[in-house]
Amino acid sequence: MKTVTAIRYHRQIASRLLLAVATLLAHVVAAFPQQKSSNEEFLAVPGENGHPGGRLVVSLRAEPKTLNPLIAADAPSREVIGAMQADLVHINRATQLTEPSLAKSWKISPDGLQYTLVLRKGVKFSDGQPMDADDVLFTFRVYLDEKVHAPQRDLLIFDGKPITVRKVDAFTVVFQLPKPYGVAERMFDGWAILPRHLLEKPYEEGKIVQLGTLTTPANQWPGLGPFRLKEYVAGQRLVLERNPYYWKTDAKGTRLPYLEELIFLFVPSADAQVLRFQSGETDVISRLGAENFSVLSRQQRDYTMVDAGPGLEYNFLFFNLNDPGAKTSAELQQKQKWFREVKFRQAVSAAVDREAIVLLVYQGRGSGLWGLVTPGNRRWGDQKLPHPPRSLERARTLLKEAGFSWSTGPNGDPALLDSSGKPVEFSIITSSSNADRAKMAALIQDDLKQLGMRVQVVPLEFRSLLDRVTQSKDYDACVLGVASFDADPNSDINVWLSSGGTHLWNPSQTHPATDWEAEIDHLIDEQMYARTFEQRKKLYDRAQELLWEYQPMIFLASPDILTGARNSVGNFRPAVLEPYVLWNVEQLYIKSGTVNTTR
Amino acid sequence: MSLRGARLGWLIFLVLLHATVIFPGFFAPYDPSEQDRKNPYLPPMRIHFLDAQGHFHARPFVYPLQLRQGSFDQSEGNTAKPVSLKFFVRGTRYQLLGIIPFRLHLFGTEDERVYLLGSDSFGRDQLSRFFYGGQVSLFAGLLGAGITLLLGLCVGAIAGYYGGWTDALLMRFSELFLALPWLYLLFALRAFLPLSVGPLQAFFLIVAVIGAVGWARPARLVRGVVLSAKERDFVRAARGFGATDAYLLCRHILPETSSVLLTQATILVPQFVLAEMTLSFLGLGVPEPVPSWGNLLASLQQYSVLVTYWWMYLPALLIVPFFVGYLGLGSELQERREPYKIERTSLGNFA
Repeated sequence: MKTVTAIRYHRQIASRLLLAVATLLAHVVAAFPQQKSSNEEFLAVPGENGHPGGRLVVSLRAEPKTLNPLIAADAPSREVIGAMQADLVHINRATQLTEPSLAKSWKISPDGLQYTLVLRKGVKFSDGQPMDADDVLFTFRVYLDEKVHAPQRDLLIFDGKPITVRKVDAFTVVFQLPKPYGVAERMFDGWAILPRHLLEKPYEEGKIVQLGTLTTPANQWPGLGPFRLKEYVAGQRLVLERNPYYWKTDAKGTRLPYLEELIFLFVPSADAQVLRFQSGETDVISRLGAENFSVLSRQQRDYTMVDAGPGLEYNFLFFNLNDPGAKTSAELQQKQKWFREVKFRQAVSAAVDREAIVLLVYQGRGSGLWGLVTPGNRRWGDQKLPHPPRSLERARTLLKEAGFSWSTGPNGDPALLDSSGKPVEFSIITSSSNADRAKMAALIQDDLKQLGMRVQVVPLEFRSLLDRVTQSKDYDACVLGVASFDADPNSDINVWLSSGGTHLWNPSQTHPATDWEAEIDHLIDEQMYARTFEQRKKLYDRAQELLWEYQPMIFLASPDILTGARNSVGNFRPAVLEPYVLWNVEQLYIKSGTVNTTR
Repeated sequence: MSLRGARLGWLIFLVLLHATVIFPGFFAPYDPSEQDRKNPYLPPMRIHFLDAQGHFHARPFVYPLQLRQGSFDQSEGNTAKPVSLKFFVRGTRYQLLGIIPFRLHLFGTEDERVYLLGSDSFGRDQLSRFFYGGQVSLFAGLLGAGITLLLGLCVGAIAGYYGGWTDALLMRFSELFLALPWLYLLFALRAFLPLSVGPLQAFFLIVAVIGAVGWARPARLVRGVVLSAKERDFVRAARGFGATDAYLLCRHILPETSSVLLTQATILVPQFVLAEMTLSFLGLGVPEPVPSWGNLLASLQQYSVLVTYWWMYLPALLIVPFFVGYLGLGSELQERREPYKIERTSLGNFA
């Protein structure tokens, strides 16, 4: 007996030893690519270790308009470009904090005016050409060029003065700011570094914005992102392939991305996207409505649905507070007398049933809003902001104080009259393509009916709605939503500032129309240049309180980010920041042993 | 049953059906736009006569349903608390025929709201919405048919009576109209008109649009009748005595077209109800929260509703008797017109 045990024991040791050797070997093999080119400074990212191969199919609501990060403004373009390009410092979409990207480290001078970024060595574009400080210099020269009209250009201008970029050596660049900037290194997120070797000539010829169309030959549009262009079939799909020169590895040292191909299918309607996902034609789904989410949840088989929690989208109602110019009709000017009354807006806000909106529009998968900062934003919400429940009583008191009165209408319903005896009637415009907001408007219509206001909901095509709000200014009230792209307050700066283009109730003012708007301008300006988080937070909180007090935007609700993925997709960790499911696309992989569904 | 009896039967059937939508306030238990926000998407509640113990109750009752906590597609009945239906009760205020204030409803309950046809996404009673919606849809159909027949009568009479190039011109024009796909014609006409209008304007707009689309067919039929009528002996005789064109048309010729027009009306009304429903279904009709049959079905465009809430289909089924009524009456009328040649026109060309 003893000998048998002993033998067995020895065998065990032997097998363990063998295993250890094998593991060691595996490590050596894995480490090999790193050793081969020791001048390549890879970024190892934490997460499940996957394995290379496979492809991931994603649906896009529309064809991207361009692959050129200099001019991209639509969501599909940004989503695709996000997988093809890389920035200097990146905001981790899960933690909402910054982390090294193409810059492996950075230093801020004590006065907050100088940012010294040290670039990663040995990084190559997806065509194999190396990246260095010259590419960074070139990139920012292009973004800052007024003739290029990059939509993000404003973010690099401080008090009318642009940021300057200087090269110290091949891998060190210094950004000189005219003023200290509270956002700090977050400002480097999202600036795709462009390949100078390819784009300098077209730039000099003034042709750079015409490049990067979807029909660009695959090898003519290199980037620093995990994927590069492979094939584009008009009206059907865009295929990206693995960038073999990508500069990130997993914890084991395997070069990322894992996926061989990333395929974007163009599926125009939300329902069609659900059907494609359900039938296994696509692997991940995001931007889901609550109703479709629950349909998919009910029938889940080989996929898992994830409610990533409240996002950064805020939906709100606002009234037309534009200056009554010559263009404004007498009828609208009459209505604006009500809209300008702070108590009128407060009364509307008090009458809105946010709980019902969350329940009926989002099936409970969302949260009511009393300010611009959503619960999905971890750090910037003002905790002191009141969250009063709906109160028609309070609304009536406020209206009475503002000189409104009631009469009994023909149907026995009360009708609200203003101080001159005119019945309060107005219309709310909303985008016809957004069922959620149309539903919110219908609920508000009913809420306000109980105050005696006669409201009509007018669905408009989104373009003509925006045109009315920002150009012709011919509307009474509007329900709209905005999704901040970052948790930092500066991502909403154009909403806050009275000079901003998306200061929706009265956009692009040359001079703040009201005292409180002037104060908000001042607070936002100050927080932009404040140095510490605490200082900024204090200023920002005050701005939020002012917004609540004067109610130029009546905040309604914020939906959760609803996503889903096939069980075979590894490392699936949806975030509440865009791109919700593809933010870690380089880490996504197809688990072995799972058949990548038929297509 | 004699032919006459069958006709009368269909007529009474239709009149009864129309009564429900002419007096929707009486038949509907609630206001069609009243929201019950705690109860979105409740399935229809079944009417019971027998309780859980098997005892019979003369007064029908329902077990009120409620959404299961945290769920939006599962509901549970409360068998402990039956709610009995009362007839001829006073309920929400409404206006009979749009003017007389009234509170009497065919049926209702004391406290709990009941949903015999389920509730929609805002917790509005689908049954009430069906009756009120019928008002919009049926009247759009009836008025639209009226306009169309009037147009058809005028064009057909002029073309048939005067003949010659007037006839050729009008008939070629009508052929052009017939050749165009009617749905696109409807859209094209609607696109010319303002998108955002109040409910009442929207209603008349739709009536006008629908009425303007279908005139070609009745015009051709009327022309045929006029062509043959104007060659009749009594017409020739009247003309010989010096009757004017207008007198001849009104006194002798147009009365001949009455049966054609009646038959056409029974075909056109359901077609135009469908047309209104199509426009409203696509969001081009009467705006929410005013119900119409098309609006009622519009939520079925969403995949999630389609697969989750089956009772949203029910309005589509309830419309069927109206259509059957019109088609039945239509074919009876046609038999009267041509007793030896029974030809049944179907909806096929339009729908």
